[in-house]
Amino acid sequence: MNLKDKKVILHDMSLRDGMHAKRHQISLDQMVDVATGLDEAGMPLIEVTHGDGLGGTSVNYGFPAHSDEEYLTAVIPKMKKAKVSALLLPGIGTVDHLRMAKDLGVNTIRVATHCTEADVSEQHIGLAAKLGMDTVGFLMMGHMASPEKILEQARLMESYGANCIYCTDSAGYMLPDEITTKFQLLRAELNSNTELGFHGHHNMGMAIANSLAAIDAGAVRIDGSVAGLGAGAGNTPLEVLVAVLDRMSANHGIDLYKIMDVAEDLVVPMMDQPIRVDRDALTLGYAGVYSSFLLFAQRAESKYGIMARDLLVELGRRGTVGGQEDMIEDLALTMAKEKGLI
Amino acid sequence: MSKKLKAVIIGPGNIGTDLLMKMFRSDWIEPAWMVGIDPESDGLKRAREMGIKTTAEGVDGLLPHIIEDDVRIAFDATSAYVHAENSRKLNELGVIMIDLTPAAIGPFCVPPVNLVQHAKDLKMNVNMVTCGGQATIPMVAAVSSIQDVEYGEIIATISSKSAGPGTRKNIDEFTRTTSSAIEKVGGADKGKAIIIINPAEPPLMMRDTVHCLTKGTPDEAAITEAVHQMVKEVQKYVPGYKLVNGPVFDGNRVSIFLEVEGLGDYLPKYSGNLDIMTAAGLRTAEMFAEEANKGAITLPVRG
Repeated sequence: MNLKDKKVILHDMSLRDGMHAKRHQISLDQMVDVATGLDEAGMPLIEVTHGDGLGGTSVNYGFPAHSDEEYLTAVIPKMKKAKVSALLLPGIGTVDHLRMAKDLGVNTIRVATHCTEADVSEQHIGLAAKLGMDTVGFLMMGHMASPEKILEQARLMESYGANCIYCTDSAGYMLPDEITTKFQLLRAELNSNTELGFHGHHNMGMAIANSLAAIDAGAVRIDGSVAGLGAGAGNTPLEVLVAVLDRMSANHGIDLYKIMDVAEDLVVPMMDQPIRVDRDALTLGYAGVYSSFLLFAQRAESKYGIMARDLLVELGRRGTVGGQEDMIEDLALTMAKEKGLI
Repeated sequence: MSKKLKAVIIGPGNIGTDLLMKMFRSDWIEPAWMVGIDPESDGLKRAREMGIKTTAEGVDGLLPHIIEDDVRIAFDATSAYVHAENSRKLNELGVIMIDLTPAAIGPFCVPPVNLVQHAKDLKMNVNMVTCGGQATIPMVAAVSSIQDVEYGEIIATISSKSAGPGTRKNIDEFTRTTSSAIEKVGGADKGKAIIIINPAEPPLMMRDTVHCLTKGTPDEAAITEAVHQMVKEVQKYVPGYKLVNGPVFDGNRVSIFLEVEGLGDYLPKYSGNLDIMTAAGLRTAEMFAEEANKGAITLPVRG
């Protein structure tokens, strides 16, 4: 694979996807410290919100230590070069949240839908584009639809005004060949000025390989997290990806030692548990289940005595999608009843 | 004179057709007209085949027949954009409007919670909230009938096939309207609503989760009793309404897990989200008819 001089825009997720792994309890100081470190390392884009995006605060996903407004207000004025992005899932957040984020100085809005339901994003993508924001259409759980379906849905988001389209491996399920097929089709068929992006999870240990496959097939924006801090077995570990891209002479613009230091000195000490491919995270990838289900399934295991692995496999079998965290306790109750545990 | 009130359905789509099929079984409401805007539409053809009068001229095409045919109730299954105008024209002629759109210009109506009051007050326009609201607000109300609820949250998951273009184009309307009704009808100090669309095949049944955070430790026995009682009330008009799990208690959190199976009249059984709207709308009209028959309310006088 030859990525020499290829332009790659890295996008940090540790302060948004990492919120899942931290049960949304990252402090304002930690947010500012990590973001400042990333800014100094040359990270061009940093995402900051509740793990489930703007308006994610809820019983279902978890109440955060601080509101989206507080996090954004704390981080944005401290950035020298880095821009801040915010995630928005229609059905959870609304255009009111989007306007709030814009007013606080958010540069990039990423509107995320399940990979077959892009038409719920018209309002939000349309408004973000109208407001002149960098507007991303973010198709989640990309392994659950064919390349042609992904293209059809990407075209919808493009038609609403998105200037960048993501095909996201939310479950950490995809293997490099699938990435290549999907991104080659998107690159061939979408407008040539529409950027492509990839967001991976490391549940099958494939996040770096998948990111490289995506770049090779035409993706420019690549998401990752310092020290992998993210849902499931984490996102693509950015310091590792930067080292790999360095060796391949790709054009990424990040200071390797500085990002290594952010990972080691700031992010690893924040972790409540090691972010690794443990039995349950591996099951997410293997069964194709949304990565943020991990801690919820583990909590249901300790409360109801049903193994997280069994819950996750069943959730995969039922075709659950991102945001259905409420299914986990419901299913655990049903399985515990069947086993006579409650 | 028949005790039945005559009704018009505006909007011959899936909802309107399902409503029409339910109405043929009603002891209190008689379908008289179906209003559309396209003479070639399948919905109007279906209505004609089922033997009711139709017009493709919109509400204006119906107005000359209101008094002559003694139409008393209208169901609006069109869109929020045209609802206000439809409602104004029909209210002027003394027709009670049941709003199935998200327009919500009249008070929210969730039958087992506040329908009796609306009927007694002869509200001329009531709004049926949203599918997620109809499925969950009775539960929030059941909990808040026992104990103060400082926060009520609902998560509605519907199958991709049952999410129509109107819902998809304006999904924020669902979250806003439902959140507001969780407060106004459910009795929670603060409401939050989340909607998830799931494309699995075969399509999944509508499911709903309700979380209430109570002020103080929840009274488990009383809340459990109130929830079971309320489930029975909803089952009177939506037989496929089912408590799957709960209420479960965790600190001050009360969680209730529900499934809604439709009757399968015109819409498939998995689309309990659509069925609960048409059933709640019809139930509302029936209550007005029952109250009028009892003499508890007097319908607008006609010459």
